[in-house]
Amino acid sequence: MKNKADVVIIGGGVSGCSLAYMLANKGIDVVVAEKNYLSSGATGGCGAGIRQQWSTKENTELAIKSVKIFKSLSAKLGQDIELRQGGYLIAVHDAKEMKQAEKNVNMQHSLGLKVDILDSNDINDVVPVLDVKGMAAIGATFCPTDGHANPFKTTFAYVNAARKNGAEIYTHTKVTDIKTIKGKISAVKTDKGIIKTNTVVNAAGVWSKKIAEMVDIKIPNVPFRKEIMATERLKPMFEAMVISFKDGIYFSQQEEGQIVGGIPIPGEKKGYKTLPTFSFIQHMSKTLTRYVPQLKHINMLRHWTGFYDVTPDARPILGEVKELKGFIQCNGFSGHGFMLSPIVSQILSDFIADSKTSKILESLNVNRFKGKKIDHEMYVVG
Amino acid sequence: MKKSAIVCRCEDITEEEVIKTIEEGYTDLEELRRKLRIGMGPCQGRVCIPMVIKILEKKTGKKISKISIPTSRPPITPVPLGTMASDKDEK
Repeated sequence: MKNKADVVIIGGGVSGCSLAYMLANKGIDVVVAEKNYLSSGATGGCGAGIRQQWSTKENTELAIKSVKIFKSLSAKLGQDIELRQGGYLIAVHDAKEMKQAEKNVNMQHSLGLKVDILDSNDINDVVPVLDVKGMAAIGATFCPTDGHANPFKTTFAYVNAARKNGAEIYTHTKVTDIKTIKGKISAVKTDKGIIKTNTVVNAAGVWSKKIAEMVDIKIPNVPFRKEIMATERLKPMFEAMVISFKDGIYFSQQEEGQIVGGIPIPGEKKGYKTLPTFSFIQHMSKTLTRYVPQLKHINMLRHWTGFYDVTPDARPILGEVKELKGFIQCNGFSGHGFMLSPIVSQILSDFIADSKTSKILESLNVNRFKGKKIDHEMYVVG
Repeated sequence: MKKSAIVCRCEDITEEEVIKTIEEGYTDLEELRRKLRIGMGPCQGRVCIPMVIKILEKKTGKKISKISIPTSRPPITPVPLGTMASDKDEK
């Protein structure tokens, strides 16, 4: 193990690994410390979706830029990340939801994104298997350039490319403490040894809160257990990701043919619990077969849990904290870390390597929660 | 065992593919699983994981006890969505 580095990233999920790749590309001496295996946290459990349809302008802008990078990522990293742009169909259930959808689509159009508002009769043109009556939809919005990619393969592709560029990525290496001298970071202590550094990136997902506590910094993130399931493999049936904010459901058919999707369980509680629940299986099966009745004959194979690292406004926390020089946050993605990782790693690597800041980076700093009005992202599912 | 022998019957993965992937640097059972999808099919690894562990042991020299075994996920055996969506008891 190295005993010093320019930057130590804590967390080997897609956020930490993409940032390691970007920094190594810029000639920065970077180390990743992952307590378990690569993508063992939220990245490995996620629903793989990549969406640009958001309710806040900032998120939409970030997501549009992210998709642009995703499109060239397989070629850039030299490995297939299985990106498929089959679109996202967002179901609209009532007049109130339609009003919000129209407002959002106008904002999305102003940013140059192609999104259509569909009549209930048009829904089956996009996703033929949906039972429009069963799902009680009066319409939908559809963005054809949304889609999904393989989160494991994306993370591994970033890691392999980062290693080629000189990054060191240590798995099964747990950070036990962060040392400071005179208000500056001096070293990261792990169970495998000490690494001297002046810059630490906290990309530890739901454990980011605990990492921040090591240096007496409070971040407002709260862990939520989320559940998700996969069916057996099927022939290609539909390309779009289908989501509903009212029902909380999201599902898509993946590259290999399985349908993967999730829904929040009633009475969801915060905390670090990882055990799956039977109420999810029932709630998901009921809702999914209401949306696509013919799936009642299809087997559910596996059901697992993952975490959302949720912030008060459901937007990430990025950038350096005021109280401690060199302590950089890259967490609080609230369920959207995978889809935002390409643009987030670009913004943060510009800041760390070139001291370049931006309006968006400033707006996502943790100090936004101090006595200010919060612009909450409303488009969250799962 | 022949190199072309199928190790994972759910996902059609051969011994050769497992060895090649280990040589590419995926020496963690969990990472190997995510790269190749072994153990993610209907049997959830009951057939392949013991074999993959043996191959991993041979290639890396690490003992089985040092390798953690992947979690089996509910519902353990495949169950139709319609069965789980139903509240009615069968008569």
